[in-house]
Amino acid sequence: MDSYRVYFTGVGGQGTLLATSVLAEAAILAGYHAITSEIHGMAQRGGVVESTVMIGDVKSPIISDGEADILLGFEPVETYRAMRKCSAHSVVISNTVPIMPYGVAIGKAAYPNVNKLFDFIRSRVKKLFTVDAQTLAKQAGALLSANKVILGALAGSNVLPISRKAFEETIRTKTKKAFVEINLKAFDLGFSNTTGE
Amino acid sequence: MHPLLTEEAGKTLLLLGNEAIVRGALEAGVAFATTYPGTPSSEIGDNFFRIAGESGLYFEYSTNEKVALETAAGAAVSGVRAICSMKHVGLNVAADPLMTLAYVGVRAGMVIITADDPSMFSSQNEQDNRIYARLSGLPLLEPASAQEAKEMTEAAFEISEALELPVLLRTTTRLSHCRGAVTIGPLKHPKEKGVFEKESTRFVPVPAIARIRHKVLLAQAEKARGMACLSPFNAIIGTGKTGIAASGIVNNYVADALDDLGVQDRVRLLRLGFTHPFPEELAAEFIRSVDKILVVEELEPILENDLKVTAHTNGLSVPISGKGPELFSRLYEYDPGMVRKVIADFLELDYDPPKPIDVQEDPEPVELPFRPPNLCAGCPHRATYYAVNSVLAETGTEAVFPSDIGCYTLGLLPPLKAADFLICMGSSVSSAGGIARATDQPVIAFIGDSTFFHSGITGLINAVHNQHKFILVVLDNGTTAMTGHQPHPGIDIKPPGWDKPSVSIEAIASACGVERVAVVNPINQAKTKAAVREALESNELSVIIARAPCPLYERRMLGTKKTRGFVVGPECNTDCTECVDTFGCPALYRNPAPNAETTMIINDNLCIGCGVCIQICKKIRPKKIKEQGVQ
Repeated sequence: MDSYRVYFTGVGGQGTLLATSVLAEAAILAGYHAITSEIHGMAQRGGVVESTVMIGDVKSPIISDGEADILLGFEPVETYRAMRKCSAHSVVISNTVPIMPYGVAIGKAAYPNVNKLFDFIRSRVKKLFTVDAQTLAKQAGALLSANKVILGALAGSNVLPISRKAFEETIRTKTKKAFVEINLKAFDLGFSNTTGE
Repeated sequence: MHPLLTEEAGKTLLLLGNEAIVRGALEAGVAFATTYPGTPSSEIGDNFFRIAGESGLYFEYSTNEKVALETAAGAAVSGVRAICSMKHVGLNVAADPLMTLAYVGVRAGMVIITADDPSMFSSQNEQDNRIYARLSGLPLLEPASAQEAKEMTEAAFEISEALELPVLLRTTTRLSHCRGAVTIGPLKHPKEKGVFEKESTRFVPVPAIARIRHKVLLAQAEKARGMACLSPFNAIIGTGKTGIAASGIVNNYVADALDDLGVQDRVRLLRLGFTHPFPEELAAEFIRSVDKILVVEELEPILENDLKVTAHTNGLSVPISGKGPELFSRLYEYDPGMVRKVIADFLELDYDPPKPIDVQEDPEPVELPFRPPNLCAGCPHRATYYAVNSVLAETGTEAVFPSDIGCYTLGLLPPLKAADFLICMGSSVSSAGGIARATDQPVIAFIGDSTFFHSGITGLINAVHNQHKFILVVLDNGTTAMTGHQPHPGIDIKPPGWDKPSVSIEAIASACGVERVAVVNPINQAKTKAAVREALESNELSVIIARAPCPLYERRMLGTKKTRGFVVGPECNTDCTECVDTFGCPALYRNPAPNAETTMIINDNLCIGCGVCIQICKKIRPKKIKEQGVQ
C-alpha cells in the first residue's frame, strides 16, 4: 500500500495541531492507517509548532530530513525553514500570509520577500501550491478557520487519496459544533482557490 | 462523558500515547492517580483530573513528584491500585522514596510513569531514566506505540501485583505525544477502598528489616527476569544471520528501515519492551543465532551493555555494537532516516539516502528571522521583570538573577535578561543563598508559585536559618501555566467543582521566619518598584510576592474580556524605541508603514489591555474600545 508522510509547520495559535488530527481522522475514515506526532512545548507562546501525520503502512511517527511527501506550511518563512524536510519529490502547500516574528516587528530583523522564498521552493520541489488562508478564512467567517482553508488546499491539490467527503465528514464530527459551518466553508474556499504552478 | 471512559470494548480510538496510558490504567481498574505536571507527561494527569470528576477515581495534583509517589504508594500498600506520573527529572525528586519503596514493595498494583525527553524539547537535561530501573531493581516497560502503551500499562499492574513491587513504565516525548489507533478493551471496575494491614517487619525498613527486604527485592527481581523472558512484549523476530536489538519507540524506526531496505530476510530482530530485569535467557538465544549484532537505543548504551554482559557470561564472542563513531550517538533522539542509514551500513548495502533541500543553495541566500517563544502580551512576569530592571538601572546596580522552572524562565531572553543561573525546580532559592554568601553581588531570585510549593520552601527556611541575604521574588500568576494551567495549592481562580482549600504563600514565607514579606500587583509599576527598592535598601532577606493572574488562564476560566485598549500618540515620531528595547511586549511593534505617523504601534489583537505600557511611556494613552467586536 502507498504511504504518505505529511509534515506540518506553523506558528503557535494557528491551529496546526487541530489540522493534524483532522487529517489523521480523515485518513482513517478513508480506510488508511494513520499516526501523528506533535511537539507542544511552546505552542502558546508564539514559537514554531511542528507536527506530522503518517498515512499508510508507516510505523515511525516522525519525518527525517528529505523524507516529507507533503509539507503543509502555515506561514511562508516557516515553510521555507522546513525545506530540509523536503526533497525534489515533495509537494509543498503554503499559506502566503506572513506572521511577523517579534524581531521583525520591532525592526531588529527583516522579513524576507515571500515571492522569492516561493521561487526557490518552486524550483526545487515537485510542486508548490499557495493559498491566502487569512483572506479566505475571513471570507468564511472566522480568522481561526485558516487551518481549514489549508486543509481544503491540501484536499484540492489531489496529492492524497482521501476524498473531499472524508475531510468534510471529519470536520463535521471533530471540530466544535458552533464552528462547523464556517469550517466547512473555509475548507471549500481553500479547496477551490489554491494556486499551483 | 470523558471519551476515555467509553464502554465500547473493541472500538478503535485515535489516542495520544499519554491518553492510551490512562485508558490502560482504567482497564486495569486503577482507583488512585497522582502527578506533578511536566512535559511530556502532563496529559496523563490532566485526563485523570477530568475523569475523576466523572467517576470514583481519586486524583490529585500533588505538590511535587516525591509527594506524588509517596501518596500513591500509600494507596498501593493499602490494597488500592495506583498510578503516579511525572517527567524524567521528576523522578530525581521522587528518587528517595523510589529506592526504598522497592525494598518494602506494595500490595496492590502500582505503576510509575517516567516520561523522558531525548533532544530536550522542553527539559533542562536528557537523562536516561532506564538507569533508575537498574538503580532501584524495579521492572521496566518501554512501549513503542499508543496501542502498546495501553497494553503495557495494563500488564504493568498485573506484573506489579504478582511481584508486589511497583513497576516503571518509561515513555519518551515521541511516544507520549504520538497519536495512533488504539483498540480498547473492557473497563475494569476499580476497588476504591482498601485496608492497611499492619506488617511492620516489612513496611518499616529499620536496618535489620531493610537487610531482609533487600534480599526479597533481589529474589523478586529474578522472578521478574523470568517473566521478561516469557513476556509477549519481548520477541525474537525473523531468521536472518544479522542481529538487530532495539527497545521502545526506536523499534518502529528499525521496522520501517527493514521494510524500506527490503532486508527482512537477512535480519533477526530482538524486539524488546520489558527491558528490566534484562531477559538474559532470551538474549542469549538471540546472540547464539546471529553473526553480529547492532543495538538501536536512544541515549545511554544500556541494552548494548546488557547484551555484552550476557554474551560474556555465556562464553559467546559475537561482535556487538551500538554507540560509537559511524554508529549511534548518545545524544538526542533518533529518527527513521538515521536508523535506516546505520542499518544499511551495518549490512554493507549500497544505500542512497533522500537528498534534503538545502536552503543554503538558494542563489539569493535569505537570512531567516528567528522565531523564539516569548512571554505573552500582558504577561505579569514581564511587568515584574521590568520593574526589577528599572530599579536596578536607577541605581546603576547589577544583580545576579537565579531563576527557576516555568514560563518565566523565558525572561532569560533580551530585552529582560532576567535569568542567570538555573539547574532544577527550586534551585533559585537555595542557589541564591550560595551566590549571596560567596560574592558581594546583590542577588534577586525568581521562582513561580507552583515551583515555590514544589521545592522552594525548604530553601527559604534554610535562607532564614543560615541568614542568607537576597531578594526572592515569587512570580505568582495563580496557576501552573507552563504545563497547561494545572491547579496548585495556592490558586485563587479555581476550576469548576474545585473545593480544595488554598494555602497562602505570604503566610508560608512569614512562618518560615522571613520578616520582610511584601505582596504587590506587578501591573502597578510604582508600587512594585517601591517594594523592590525597599527590599534592596534593607539588605535583608526579603520576599516579594508579585501577584497577578496569568491572562490566558483568567480568560479561560472566567471568560474575562478586554476592557481597555491603548494607542500610541502622535508625539511618538522620533527614533526612540525604548519600549521594545527594555520592556518587549509583543503587542508593541515598530510601525512598518512607509510614511508612518508614529514610530511604534500597538497590535490590538495581541494587546490584552493590561496597561503596563502607559506607565512606561507617556506617549501611550488609553483609548475607548467598543463593547462589541473585541476579541
